[in-house]
Amino acid sequence: METIQSPGTEEVHPDVALVARAREGDLQAFETLVRQYDRQVFRIAQHITQNKEDAEDVVQDAFLKAYEKLHQFQGNSKFYTWLVRIAVNESLMRLRKRRTGKMVSIDEDVETEEGSMPRDLADWGPDPEQMYGQSELAEILRKTIQGLPPGFRVVFTLRDVEGLSTDETAEALGLSVPAVKSRLLRARLQLRERLSRYFRKKNGDGVK
Amino acid sequence: MALLDDLLDDEVSAALRRDLDEHLNGCEHCFITMNTTRQTIEFYANRELYPLPEPIRERLHSAIMDKCRKC
Repeated sequence: METIQSPGTEEVHPDVALVARAREGDLQAFETLVRQYDRQVFRIAQHITQNKEDAEDVVQDAFLKAYEKLHQFQGNSKFYTWLVRIAVNESLMRLRKRRTGKMVSIDEDVETEEGSMPRDLADWGPDPEQMYGQSELAEILRKTIQGLPPGFRVVFTLRDVEGLSTDETAEALGLSVPAVKSRLLRARLQLRERLSRYFRKKNGDGVK
Repeated sequence: MALLDDLLDDEVSAALRRDLDEHLNGCEHCFITMNTTRQTIEFYANRELYPLPEPIRERLHSAIMDKCRKC
């Protein structure tokens, strides 16, 4: 049996042992990994596809692909980060299918100038959450993030919503750390700018 | 803007944080941008999505494990 040793005193993540067992054909070990991460994968897929049926399909396809490719997992990254990479790719494939075959990649539309500099100066006060009903606000948030290019939406989701570190996000997406930081900045500014259009209007300030 | 982003992520030194806080006190544009960007992140981080219902979760598990067995 393969032994898992960590260099020095570094702690070994419990997933490492589960992955090793799953590689040797222990399906129960793999099922433990599925139960551990299915909700996160479902959430990430939902954020990217904005569609719950697609997100369910992504959960199934991503775990299946992970199982098939388990021998390729090097172990120099976390299993979860590796799984996220698969889930993001599967989610982008679902988006492509919805767009009747048009390519969707994390590099799409990221060259846009929008959001490179903040323009809208309006404050949102007193509190957008008080001004809108919960479902109305949810719809605004959904429409707003849906309008974001996939390359920005994915970075924002992993970094700001799912709480991955910049390094983990870079690793999961195969991007450099500066690229992640640049996309995150622009994603945040674009979302803020687009939300301002709703929140300013409701304040009666009009739109610039 | 990149510095304000680092400030949002708490990735600045104490000295730079002092300088940026001082700037924010006197610059309405940056102050509003910072606050509304922070709110934007909070909205999405706290946003409730459709949860994965247990019966669907179990169905997905069965389908995944069935296919894995056939691999």
